[in-house]
Amino acid sequence: MARYDRTLIGLALAFALLMAANFLMPEWVRFIGLQTLARGAVALGLLVLWRTGLISFGHALYFGWGAYTAALLTRAGITDAFVLTVAATLSAGLLALLLGFLLRRYRAIFFALLNMAFSMILYGALVKTEALGSTDGFGVASPSYFGFAPEGEAVTTTLFAFSLTLTFVVVVGVHLYLRSTLGGLTLAIRENEIRVEYLGYSAERAIHIKYVISGLLAGFGGAVMAMAIGQVDPDSMALWTVSGEFVFITVLSGTGSVAATYVGALVFELIRTYAFEYAPHVWQLILGGSLLAIIMFLPEGLWSLRQRLARAKG
Amino acid sequence: MTRSSFAAQLLVAGALALAGTGPAAAKEQVVLAVPTFLTGAGAPAFGVPARNGVEVVVQAINDGTLPAPYDSKGFAGVPVQLEVYDESGGNTKQVTEFRNKVQKQNVDLFVGFTSSGTCQAVTPVAEELKALTIFAVCGTQRVFEELDTDPKYVFRTMSHATSDQVAAALYVKAKFPGVKGYTGLNQNYAWGQDSWRDFDLAMQVIAPEAKASEKLQWPKIFAGQYGAEVSALLLSEEELVHTSFWGGDLEAFIFQASPRGLFEKKKVLFTVAGTAVYRLGKKMPQGVVLGSRGPYGIFAAEKDDPLNKWFRQAYVDRFGTNPTGPSYQYAQGVLAAKFGYDKAAAANGGQFPSTEQVIAAMEGQKIPSFTTTVNLALNKGHQAITDHAYGVVKWDAEAGEPKMVDVVSFAAECVNPPDGVNSVDWIKGGMKGAKC
Amino acid sequence: MQQLVVILVDGLVFSSYLFMVAVGLTIIFGVMKVLNVTHGSLYAFGAYLAAYLVGVYYEAGLPDAGGFLMLLLAPVIVGVVLGLILERGILRHLYLRDEHTIVLATFAAFLMLEDVIILIWGVDPYFAYQPVSLLGSSEIGGLAFDNYSLSLVFVAATVGAVCWYGLRRTKWGKLLMAVIYDREISQAMGINVTAVYIVTFVLGSILAALGGAYVAPTISVSPGIGVEVIVLAFAVVVTGGMGSIGGAMIGSLVVGIARAAAVHLLPEVELFVIYAIMAAVLAFRPEGLFAPAKARRI
Repeated sequence: MARYDRTLIGLALAFALLMAANFLMPEWVRFIGLQTLARGAVALGLLVLWRTGLISFGHALYFGWGAYTAALLTRAGITDAFVLTVAATLSAGLLALLLGFLLRRYRAIFFALLNMAFSMILYGALVKTEALGSTDGFGVASPSYFGFAPEGEAVTTTLFAFSLTLTFVVVVGVHLYLRSTLGGLTLAIRENEIRVEYLGYSAERAIHIKYVISGLLAGFGGAVMAMAIGQVDPDSMALWTVSGEFVFITVLSGTGSVAATYVGALVFELIRTYAFEYAPHVWQLILGGSLLAIIMFLPEGLWSLRQRLARAKG
Repeated sequence: MTRSSFAAQLLVAGALALAGTGPAAAKEQVVLAVPTFLTGAGAPAFGVPARNGVEVVVQAINDGTLPAPYDSKGFAGVPVQLEVYDESGGNTKQVTEFRNKVQKQNVDLFVGFTSSGTCQAVTPVAEELKALTIFAVCGTQRVFEELDTDPKYVFRTMSHATSDQVAAALYVKAKFPGVKGYTGLNQNYAWGQDSWRDFDLAMQVIAPEAKASEKLQWPKIFAGQYGAEVSALLLSEEELVHTSFWGGDLEAFIFQASPRGLFEKKKVLFTVAGTAVYRLGKKMPQGVVLGSRGPYGIFAAEKDDPLNKWFRQAYVDRFGTNPTGPSYQYAQGVLAAKFGYDKAAAANGGQFPSTEQVIAAMEGQKIPSFTTTVNLALNKGHQAITDHAYGVVKWDAEAGEPKMVDVVSFAAECVNPPDGVNSVDWIKGGMKGAKC
Repeated sequence: MQQLVVILVDGLVFSSYLFMVAVGLTIIFGVMKVLNVTHGSLYAFGAYLAAYLVGVYYEAGLPDAGGFLMLLLAPVIVGVVLGLILERGILRHLYLRDEHTIVLATFAAFLMLEDVIILIWGVDPYFAYQPVSLLGSSEIGGLAFDNYSLSLVFVAATVGAVCWYGLRRTKWGKLLMAVIYDREISQAMGINVTAVYIVTFVLGSILAALGGAYVAPTISVSPGIGVEVIVLAFAVVVTGGMGSIGGAMIGSLVVGIARAAAVHLLPEVELFVIYAIMAAVLAFRPEGLFAPAKARRI
């Protein structure tokens, strides 16, 4: 299938390009890049979930869980980036597996809000726990890579290269999954769940699997963010407004491609950064306004711009 | 992906790379970034007074109209370009902003930061990026005691929050020696939790005959409705109530508790109500104890140091209200920066100093401020100890504004740990080495 | 014994506050299936306008009792003006879209309105204490309670009664109920659903603003007061059943009394009480306690 090849080639070329650019770009651009990788991953998980028609308003739960897992490991002396990321991803996935048994029975707004309730319970627990720094959180030690511990500007360069590589692997994996039968099933569930059941598939099981995937991705994003920022705290990681940002990025990006959420995350961060810099008193107005405009005028998300331009050209 | 979108990606990456490289800065101005709460709940209590205080002082520095010893123009003769920006949005946002300011906008130094969480998040970044950062308000003792035990680029120009609670306990001992029990009403987050912990520990050492309540109140921050808490406090046995409430929560609590007689039945100790006392005016309950994290705001009303009198007059002339604690605390940070730059330039034959030279000029110094001395005595000369004061508020009908009475002042060495000792350990160990 | 009485009174007052905050949200969701995040902004606007009008009114030296009228005037103005702007300006274009999209649009609008409030009223807090001091205090269970907070109970009960009566006994109410149960069929039967939506949204907005306005004299009206209210309102509405006013009442009572009990008996858990109840109710009754029955589509 020609389309199948194109996306994989596209992803591979983008990976190579960004890897090369990593060594040329100024530090502040790289930092935005890291945040894009972190948030894009969470939004990708939400995209997978959205294909079943479900959106969670509480994915900061897994994001924060992953971030704090990575942070706690560095506090215990483990700083290897690979270990941190894998541990955070798996532990978030495990949490998603457990909660998924309950949550897979819910639909629509109740699914969204029950997720939010759980995320607020985690938030409350973190705030109450003085040993974890409560709302101040605590610092994350600089990661090392199989024994090599970078310093100075190499810290972010190495972290970006590392995160980009893992992101590439993850994104390709998700893309292949969505292409598979089980992946195609999700769209059917969104349309009419009862008919899917009559076809012999378990909709709840499929939803559960998607939910775990979204949890894994969110945990991965949390680990990257924790290592990039160097600090974890409940307000930045587990609060409902953080979940809201992720949903925003997902809807903003559109579902056209697995790369879409990364573009969306980048645009979101750029809008916020420039609004903050040039309009410090009304940055929320600008951020909310741009997002509202995109919702109203680009219903398929940012990715649809590409298709519109392609159509316009020929 | 199509080939045209690769080209687009390449162009974007290239554009971003180019945009990042700015022109090298010639020393025509010192860019001073001041993060403070411009939006959200922190704005009225902290952000706006802080910004106002900084504007008054920076304007005067550029004009050369400050009284001695700050009467020279600019920082080491170079005019100061003030960039106030919003501290809200959370730590992730603030760390990103900090990096942007240093790497993209070529800011020379930072004076500010109110939120303890943000200070902690920014400290390692400041050290990593080698950006001179002067914390003006944030209270947590963890900055230099746990996070950054060998600081180079980070300073704090006022005592950390432990001194607030030690001074409070000393005040209670001095003015209410017979107190048998105390309870707490604190917001359930880091600031409230730390405040209570330090106060409780200090009371155990200073006034061991007083017992803490088993039922402390921990409302959620920004809850806004305290009816049940007020009832619980009215029913409790303890006569002293400790609270570190600030901002809208503080004011709401006062509005809800006053008509129910709480302030007549209990002795309430507000550790940071200095930020609200002018705004509340007559509505501030009479006879409550309050602090302003030091001799700032209302505690400085009567002090006649020329620097202080100038500051109050200039502030009132420009903004129509009295300066509060945060106005002083942020302005104090700016004074410390000027001190550093001027001294470093003098040692450098008049040439504009490097950041490292400024740091060397500041470390361990005693820097004169409006009503106290910023004595950078702790943590390798990077953490200041400053004096403290608590008092009782009374409405002065003649003057038409509130005044502090029964004020007890505490020397910096009395309410701060000595160098090399962590605050919590110091209190638990009986506060050895305190010079009162 | 005294403690029990006090817990009940505190619980009732806080429940009334929750109900006032949540009833507008549940009506809007019930009829329009829109989870309105701007609910927090409407609450804040109501509080700001009420505080401002009360200040202006008493400054002008007008008779004391009239100040209370400001508390009713402000929400009507906010509800009509802002409600219409939001519904006609934004929501109208999004009804056919995914329900999550609408929630996000209201979230974006909420972000914008946070800054708009500061642009209109600045960052300084507004105090509107006069109505509270005018009503004095009463003694219940040996403690003084301010009459203003007690009056909140009556106001909430009145609002609840009026809404209930309006929905069950009047023609308009029955139209609303029909649309709640099934919009398509209602439209097929000739009900002007667009008009129903507009009226519902404005009504819900007025109620949200009324919550803010009535509470304004007891708080410091300053930036950010709308944010906390959103999560609170969501929790109550979801617990009670979305679209059910009786549910909102029961939800408010459960959460309110539980919180008051926590504050008096075990204050450390106060932070969790609301979310724990919400999660527990949802785990056993996914639609909330009193959700209106819904037919399953095949």
